[in-house]
Amino acid sequence: MEVQGESWLTTKLDAFADWAQKNSFWPLPFGTACCAIEFMSTVSSHYDMARFGYEVVRFSPRQSDLMIVAGTITDKMAPVLKKIYDQMPDPKWVVSMGACACSGGFYRAYHVMQGIDEIIPVDVYVPGCPPSPEGLMYGILQVKEKVDRDRRALRRSKKNRKPKHAA
Amino acid sequence: MPPELPSFLARFPAGSVVPQTGAGAPVDQETWVVRREVLLDLCRELHASRETRFDLLLEIFGMDYPEREQRFEAVYHLYSIPNGRRLRLKVPLAASDPTLPSVIPVWKAADWFEREAFDMFGLVFDGHPNLRRILTHEAFQGHALRKDYDAAKRWILTEDKIWQPRLEAPERGDSMFERMTINLGPSHPATHGTFRIVALVDGEEIVASEIEIGYLHRCMEKMSETHTWQQVIPYTDRLNYCSSFINNVGYCRSVEQLLGIEVPPRAVWARTILSEFSRIMDHVVANGSTLVDCGALTNFWYFYQCREEIYGLLESLCGARLTVSACRIGGLLADLPPDFVERSRRLLETIPPLISDVETLIDKNRIFLDRAVGVAAINGEEAVNWGYTGPCLRASGVGLDARKAHPYDLYDTVEWEVPVLRGGDVYDRYRLRMLEIRQSLSIIRQLLDRGVPEGPFVIDDPHVALPPKDACYNQMESMIYHFKLIMDGIQVPPGENYGFVEGANGELGFYCVSDGSGKPYRVRVRPPCFPIFSSFPTLIRGHGVSDVVATLGGLNVIAGELER
Ligand code: SF4
Repeated sequence: MEVQGESWLTTKLDAFADWAQKNSFWPLPFGTACCAIEFMSTVSSHYDMARFGYEVVRFSPRQSDLMIVAGTITDKMAPVLKKIYDQMPDPKWVVSMGACACSGGFYRAYHVMQGIDEIIPVDVYVPGCPPSPEGLMYGILQVKEKVDRDRRALRRSKKNRKPKHAA
Repeated sequence: MPPELPSFLARFPAGSVVPQTGAGAPVDQETWVVRREVLLDLCRELHASRETRFDLLLEIFGMDYPEREQRFEAVYHLYSIPNGRRLRLKVPLAASDPTLPSVIPVWKAADWFEREAFDMFGLVFDGHPNLRRILTHEAFQGHALRKDYDAAKRWILTEDKIWQPRLEAPERGDSMFERMTINLGPSHPATHGTFRIVALVDGEEIVASEIEIGYLHRCMEKMSETHTWQQVIPYTDRLNYCSSFINNVGYCRSVEQLLGIEVPPRAVWARTILSEFSRIMDHVVANGSTLVDCGALTNFWYFYQCREEIYGLLESLCGARLTVSACRIGGLLADLPPDFVERSRRLLETIPPLISDVETLIDKNRIFLDRAVGVAAINGEEAVNWGYTGPCLRASGVGLDARKAHPYDLYDTVEWEVPVLRGGDVYDRYRLRMLEIRQSLSIIRQLLDRGVPEGPFVIDDPHVALPPKDACYNQMESMIYHFKLIMDGIQVPPGENYGFVEGANGELGFYCVSDGSGKPYRVRVRPPCFPIFSSFPTLIRGHGVSDVVATLGGLNVIAGELER
């Protein structure tokens, strides 16, 4: 993107879409446990995640593009998580917040999923039990960068892709 | 000296009710061993008789002793509010036939507790109307808390197996609406956690509902059995994670009683103050989410500011904000920071204005009054029968508070009172918490005025607490003690103990059983919000769907504690 003169700029459409997307995520908090309380801290007055353009917290999967899984996911919850992920429209990203969501945490137990990546893809893992709000913010800002990188990677892979029956 | 036995015991056949006395008997509270044939009759008598009046069923749970002839045991903890007396009943059961009668006719609180004992141990309660799994999922096989169940053995739940309730309620002739079943949760913004409420509505009115829980069953009790006594503390943090410090205190107190040790005054002082701060944190979340759900979002920001301030204090002590693990068996994890008193005093100044702001906005607010007054009301007698404790019980007119009834730590040395309201509805539950916050602040102020007691922050006993760091580095003996404590853990003598504190939600109990090995044989948590939530379908019957949302926050059901 480059600015020409004072009032207009030229860009590619998908670069513009990326730019808009990464600066106005609509997060879906999938909060189940203690980490959800720290998520609340992050959106509350003191830390105020809205400063980065994330204030439209949506509880409906159909309206959101960033899922923040905050808390332990048990085997009983797993089908629900999967279903909600599937209901989100593409493109979508997932942040796994806290040790439990990343790996099951210190619950190596009969009813706890050992990391949500058993069932859904994860873009950013935020460690901690619970992660501090600063940690979560850092993680979420990483998603911004990932939006750029993903798109570039996608473009590259399209260019290199051979026609289906070439070989 | 054991308390008098009630006279009605003479009517029961000899040997069917045996009070445990003498060597080997539990010393923490009166315990009777009961044969299952007489259990229901005995419970009826205990509940109704003038002599005993055991009106509150605290909990029911199972125990598993594979080496015993009668492998299982169902344990009942009873409490008499008028007499302030506690009683434990133990019902031994053979592995071949673990059935016993349900006590739901006596205490409604038994409903979910019996389901839990069925789920975890496979005990079968005859006469239970709905005996199915409660914590684990539908595809789960086996009974997880039995000693022969592998702690890490998982079962996968697929979507087709998910439980679908069939709700029924008698048709009314005059209804103009079609019946509809609606589903709230387990992922729903208003549930503040993970429960599923399925309601049958007639127009706007709920005529029947059922609750499914267990979406956050993290196997805390099983995990405790695989760790040392000290290592259980972080697990207790994550019970009621809104006030984790109180959980730490409850657990540590129970183990300390089992060990028979005294905590130094400095630690007791700090524990009392931080427990009260945690209570404030918990109450503001409960009230804050009630208000958010009624559309009053601003208050949440005010309330949350209180939490942030208190987080700062906790962080200066232990480095963590939410999951503090700040207690150790025998004291605290570290000495108080030098500016502890100063910081706490500053909090006493910052918190009251925030609370008053909310009171000004809400207490007489027409919109909130319309949403809250008379909604989901429950009277005192019913509440006791459902096993309520804590703020929800006190909002219904029963002034039971473990801090007053059985004072521990420093609660009997300060002046404070137990607020009681009579409405038992959403509004009174909100008001009661506000009143309690003020009491907590007053307790803290009095303790701060007394000054920090001098002395160590943790007991000076190398078999319980780690020696100071420089001693570990410089003295052979201390290093050995350190090594032994880290590798083998605290050696708790065999025995059992029920220790309790007044948690933010009600009586939080830890029943600890030791077999003398370095690990707990069993840590059983009495979750205060478990029986409260079990009454939810009764509370909301006849109300609208929007009232469900308004009610949930005020009950303060915390999934971590509810499902452990
Ligand atoms: S990572 Fe820690 S704080 Fe987060 S949900 Fe798990 S146990 Fe709770």
